[in-house]
Amino acid sequence: MTRLSWLAALAGMACASLASAQTSTTDEIAKYRAALQDGNPAELWEARGEALWKAKRGPKQVTFEGCDVGKGPGVVKGAYAELPRYFADADRVMDLETRLVWCMVRLQGYSEADAKKNPFGNGSDKRSDLEALTAYVTSESRGVKMNVALGHPKEVEAYRVGEKLFYYRGGTHDFACATCHGEDGKRIRLQDLPNLMKTEGAQKAYTTWPAYRVSQGELRTFEWRLYDCFRQQRFPELVYDSDAAIALTTYLAHNANGGVYDGPGIKR
Amino acid sequence: MFAAATLLAAACATAPSDEEISSKATATLKASFKPAGQAGLDRLDQDETQRTCSAAAGKAPARDIATKIEQANLATIRYPADGKLVGDWKNGEKIAQEGRGKQFSDDPNGPVGANCYACHQLSKSELSFGTIGPSLYQYGKSRGNSVEVERYTYGKIFNSEAFIACSNMPRFGHKGILTEQQIKDVTALLLDPASPVNQ
Repeated sequence: MTRLSWLAALAGMACASLASAQTSTTDEIAKYRAALQDGNPAELWEARGEALWKAKRGPKQVTFEGCDVGKGPGVVKGAYAELPRYFADADRVMDLETRLVWCMVRLQGYSEADAKKNPFGNGSDKRSDLEALTAYVTSESRGVKMNVALGHPKEVEAYRVGEKLFYYRGGTHDFACATCHGEDGKRIRLQDLPNLMKTEGAQKAYTTWPAYRVSQGELRTFEWRLYDCFRQQRFPELVYDSDAAIALTTYLAHNANGGVYDGPGIKR
Repeated sequence: MFAAATLLAAACATAPSDEEISSKATATLKASFKPAGQAGLDRLDQDETQRTCSAAAGKAPARDIATKIEQANLATIRYPADGKLVGDWKNGEKIAQEGRGKQFSDDPNGPVGANCYACHQLSKSELSFGTIGPSLYQYGKSRGNSVEVERYTYGKIFNSEAFIACSNMPRFGHKGILTEQQIKDVTALLLDPASPVNQ
């Protein structure tokens, strides 16, 4: 064998081994996910959320069964697949988590600060009732097609503002949502990134949140997903149930329309 | 007064313009964040490049606009006073691996990296690399290390927008993410014949 062909053969082997290492890592992750899918710890959050939904709570000692999350008081079946939506009583477009806070304040008598004081758990001693309630309500839309309407002018406005925010570059690193979520087949390190500018990518991503995050031992909601994306974008801290969070959620949820809701899911 | 009332009625009857939605988005953003750690609300203020690239909405801007962005950013590049652009590739590798820095959750006195591997393949041995940017494996080997290549490489890390308007890559020097020495070290990672990038 000539020297040149040796080199070519070596290079070929190196490329092949690199490719197989990449593929096998991806395969292993896929197997791991499949194994976890059999028993998703998110069910623990769903069960706790259902108990919280039916319990008399707060200064007024009433249940969530008078809470209207979009399809009438106490109706949870299929409600998440139509959120965010405009609520006339609040004169505001709301996502699920914002609406849960609303019900805690208006129905159960909590102060706004008390209702929102623990939006995200830490995977061990600090548990979040809002996460559990979110897990329960979202689980009641499993198998339902996403159908977020833009009927009210405020819904249209939230969608359009959300689209602008998706492309908004800022911070020390010039990052926007679109920086990482605007092309097919990209990844950060080994983590695959959904292309949220396309229907298929938006559907696949949106319909699997909330999700139990194995690496964090915690169920994470969509508000958390946005909060932590902005942290990595080097932005300041996204305020829970803020208009920016709701607008972006409206944009992404509407783009996922037609996709079958399949959450709470399970992720790395 | 009548004219103002008519205008108001007209505005209410029609959908907000794209410009109005943009202002609304900026106002919404500013009301929706709070300062945390080292990240103040000033991080939401856009410079001209950020504003123009946001308006391009994920697409490449028109050539004349792109040229303006590139020229303005080119003017910001400061080369080291000592004329040495290539530092230590071993430090460069550490900087390329380091993902911390500038997040509100990061220690303001802790390390600040470039996290190159998040988006680029660099060395053959690191399999955990992202694909948002092109592979830089054998970057120096294929380009050589002429003065022009050194200046381009240092400049690209310092301010990527000087060469491709609305690039996804951060402007590490211009925005004060990396120090001059760190940029020299990352330049070395790409260009030093002994660097794993060029094996």
